[in-house]
Amino acid sequence: MILIDLKLFVTLDQYLPRNNEAYEIPEGTTIKDLMDNLGIPAEIVKLIFINGKKQDKTYCLQHRDRVGLFPPVGGG
Amino acid sequence: MYKSQDRYQRNSNTLNQKDQDILAGSHVAVMGLVGLGGGVCEMLARTGVGTLTLVDGDVFDISNLNRQLLSREDLVGTSKAEAARKRIKGINSSVRVISRDVYADESNIDSLIEGSDLVVDCLDTIDARFLLQEAVQKAYIPLVSGAIAGVSGQVTVIYPQDKGYELIYGRKTHKKQDKKAGQPYKGIETQTGNISYTALFVAALEASECIKVLLNRGNILRNKLLIADLWTNCVEVMDLV
Repeated sequence: MILIDLKLFVTLDQYLPRNNEAYEIPEGTTIKDLMDNLGIPAEIVKLIFINGKKQDKTYCLQHRDRVGLFPPVGGG
Repeated sequence: MYKSQDRYQRNSNTLNQKDQDILAGSHVAVMGLVGLGGGVCEMLARTGVGTLTLVDGDVFDISNLNRQLLSREDLVGTSKAEAARKRIKGINSSVRVISRDVYADESNIDSLIEGSDLVVDCLDTIDARFLLQEAVQKAYIPLVSGAIAGVSGQVTVIYPQDKGYELIYGRKTHKKQDKKAGQPYKGIETQTGNISYTALFVAALEASECIKVLLNRGNILRNKLLIADLWTNCVEVMDLV
């Protein structure tokens, strides 16, 4: 198992698990796997950042990764 | 009439006379005069940008009063562009204001941004943002962009060669749900609404990026996205490429 620091922004915060700053997941988990496991609908995630850099859903998570997921924000 | 050096006395030494001269000779178009645009145009006028084109075809509604700096109870039902012109002229009469009481669309967007050194995206649909990006890139004008939802916001700067919104919202065609319903593609703000302090916080960041681009100074958010969440006090700059 590995630990990640998970942040979910705006309305995605409803899917935030307990211990999100040291969230335990199996090795080999991708972002898509993580979203499926947390029940986050794929269509509302527009941006995925790992350690401050944009990634896609196929990214395989590493121990101590900082993960941020964002819905589309377009208001003025 | 006041002397320029007296008006901008408290800008120094952050901005020197040469900087003020550059700003005075600059032309910025602010697209959208709602929560973000009202704050942006006021801050640019107070800082000393010489010419502002202010664009919005809407009139004030009672629901604007929670956040839109330009809105007042006595202005409900009147033009946002005209209110912006009057407010800016009252703040800084040396600013040349071109107010355009129209919605930006494919037929007029090129003329609305013509002559600008910089354009600021304060629009409120993602469709309109893509339209604006296409126009500014064609005209070879940099774009400062801000967007908000609830207590979250984001800011970026897009230059003519950049992928820009495609990196943030995906390809332009990713709007099938809304398109089916005949509605413009909007973001998650349709669920969260927009809060006054988020709007002015992000407007301030947009104004700051405008000054940096005009003066070619500081760390510009090109190919980067500043993301802020005010519930958690999280402010981060992410790499888009």
